[in-house]
Amino acid sequence: MWINMGPQHPMTHGLWNLRVKVDGETIVDAEPEVGYLHRGIEKICENRTYPQIIPLADRLCYGSSLTWSHLYCMTVEDLMGVEVPERAEYIRVVTLEMQRLASHLMWLAAYAVDLGMMAGFIYSMRDREVLVDLLQSLSGSRLTYNYPRIGGVAHDLPPNWDREALRACNYIETRLKEYEDLYEGSKIFMMRNVDVGLLTKEDALDLGVTGPPLRASGVRYDMRKDRPYSVYSDLDFEVCSRPEGDCFARYRVRIDEMWESCKIIRQAIQRMPKGKWRTVAPRNAPVGTGLGRVEDPRGEGMMYVVGDGSDKPYRLKIRSPIFITVSAAPSMLVGYKMADVVAIMGGLDMCIGECDR
Amino acid sequence: MNLFQFCNGIIVWLVELVNNLWYWLGDVLPWYFGDFFTGIGDFAGSHGHIVVMTIVLESLMVIIVALINVLNFIWLDRKLSGRIFDFYGPYYVGYRIGGWLQNLADGMKLFVKEIIVPAKADKLGFLLAPVIFVGSSFLILATIPLSPNFGIATNESGEFVTAGVLFAFAAFAIAPFSILLAGWSSNNKFTLIGGMRSAAQMMSYEIPLLLTVASVVLLAGSFSFVGIVDAQHDIWFAIPLFIGLVVFLVCIAAEVEVTPFDLPEAEAELVEGWTTEYSGMRFGLFMMTSYLRGYAGGALATALFLGGWQGPSLIPDEIWFLIKAYTVFVVIEWMRWSLPRVRVDQILELGWKRLLPLAVLNLLIAATFKTMGWFSG
Repeated sequence: MWINMGPQHPMTHGLWNLRVKVDGETIVDAEPEVGYLHRGIEKICENRTYPQIIPLADRLCYGSSLTWSHLYCMTVEDLMGVEVPERAEYIRVVTLEMQRLASHLMWLAAYAVDLGMMAGFIYSMRDREVLVDLLQSLSGSRLTYNYPRIGGVAHDLPPNWDREALRACNYIETRLKEYEDLYEGSKIFMMRNVDVGLLTKEDALDLGVTGPPLRASGVRYDMRKDRPYSVYSDLDFEVCSRPEGDCFARYRVRIDEMWESCKIIRQAIQRMPKGKWRTVAPRNAPVGTGLGRVEDPRGEGMMYVVGDGSDKPYRLKIRSPIFITVSAAPSMLVGYKMADVVAIMGGLDMCIGECDR
Repeated sequence: MNLFQFCNGIIVWLVELVNNLWYWLGDVLPWYFGDFFTGIGDFAGSHGHIVVMTIVLESLMVIIVALINVLNFIWLDRKLSGRIFDFYGPYYVGYRIGGWLQNLADGMKLFVKEIIVPAKADKLGFLLAPVIFVGSSFLILATIPLSPNFGIATNESGEFVTAGVLFAFAAFAIAPFSILLAGWSSNNKFTLIGGMRSAAQMMSYEIPLLLTVASVVLLAGSFSFVGIVDAQHDIWFAIPLFIGLVVFLVCIAAEVEVTPFDLPEAEAELVEGWTTEYSGMRFGLFMMTSYLRGYAGGALATALFLGGWQGPSLIPDEIWFLIKAYTVFVVIEWMRWSLPRVRVDQILELGWKRLLPLAVLNLLIAATFKTMGWFSG
């Protein structure tokens, strides 16, 4: 029996469709269908000037919009050859890690409610508020920040913001301990996660899976370490990885990443130099190409821009991590029960905005 | 005075009042009408009619008590979940009484909503499933007394039926059938899977549940609630049969479908499970009845393990009973809001590999105590 889980289904977190073929409750086949939210952002970008695209890039992903506008700015800086002031780089790293924390907390909230645990949803969303409030005081908005600029960031940090950020880190760390107790202390949570949705290392590499699902399969691969951008090469942090490749490993990798993010924020605030936070970028880009790759909370995000000498890009290609990762769904799903679909697909942290572009 | 005598008094008074009218009409009207009205009066005054009407009134009172408790339960559940989840819960509707009127407002909203029947649904089954579900759930309360004086399954002198426990659990076990019927007749894949899960789930929890009940019955030596509660005069069965209480609470949570075991309506993967296609007040009835079953589960746990209505006589028996039932309900709700959902194969494993041996062990303990003559009242 083919069952359409989606496009309107509580499991999907967005607008996509997972067709599963079940035999009783066991899944024998699966087929993800995406594209319901296709907005043609890549084409729209060809008709906008370079600065006008920053808010559009924000709208790629509702979970972690800052990553994408940062990636876009990075790509265009590569194309234009703009040097970013060091302070701006540090501010970017702090905000990026905050965005990663917020995104992972939102994932945790959605994951908890997928497993039927309402309390986890409310707690994670409550704690995400702290980070969103900080980013709001920085940029003025709570979801699509529109904060990075080509050649820096829009504003300097508000007064006392760094102190607030450190306090937020402490708060999140106490909460993370609580989450570990809440989830890992729950026998039912472990029953639902351990040995569910196994993705072998070979499969993960073959299918092009990146981000936490790849690291949970035992591959130590993180853009921040392996191809450092911004000032990540100066900062000291671990690449979180687990060998198991099941849902619990994915959960655990994300929790570990949150700890690492707190560490990175502390270091970056400590080392942040004084000075300019923005340089003037040229209006027109030269003829040539620019490439940017970042470690999005969901995997490796990549942008490729082709400039033709005018103030508009000739072509902007966006590589979305989730678009690739979701194609690994059948290899993870087959053989498990129907109730595991939510655990497995929830563990991938679907974000349809960037997937369908 | 017990409930039967109380209702009997009301009915006798009412019948006498109305019979004045019938006999007066019989006097003033010509014979061919008059005899008719006199006959009505004679019928109304007959013993059989009065007993039947008394039982109807009794049932009505028990249902009203149950419904008021259900309103309290829903309110308590919302407030409690609010405390667990860091929000206030219902607040504005009925501001002075802690948002208690929110349930009535929600009920009104559900009443005015359209009842949608899917075009390809089996109309009869779709209509019948809520009736069976709600009816069987009210039937559970028929034999559960709130005190020796407040119950409807009595004879005229107030003695309770001897097999009340059997009847209550039999009525409790009807619901999965109606869930399966609802799931099948809705003609929807999600509801179908929900209904099937309900049947699978029932197989896992029903046997341990009844084995723990059997241990209580064995220890008390009685099948009636009054006998079981009287046997707990010295010590509640929760203490000698602690394992049984734990097994019973887990099984009751599965029976009333709260979150660790709400597989039939697992909203994450099955949209809303077997209630997906129901709308308006039919859905409202399902919601209301699930809390009613929570009330019945709490009442059963109270009567079987927590000493029923026994307690210091400062407050009435019925209130003692309700306090204990509310406590059990709060424990179940606490579990509901803080645990994730188990999987369908895991609940079978839990039922057969964990709960069943524990229930058998509990039965063994009860048999030992009975043989030694300990704790059996």
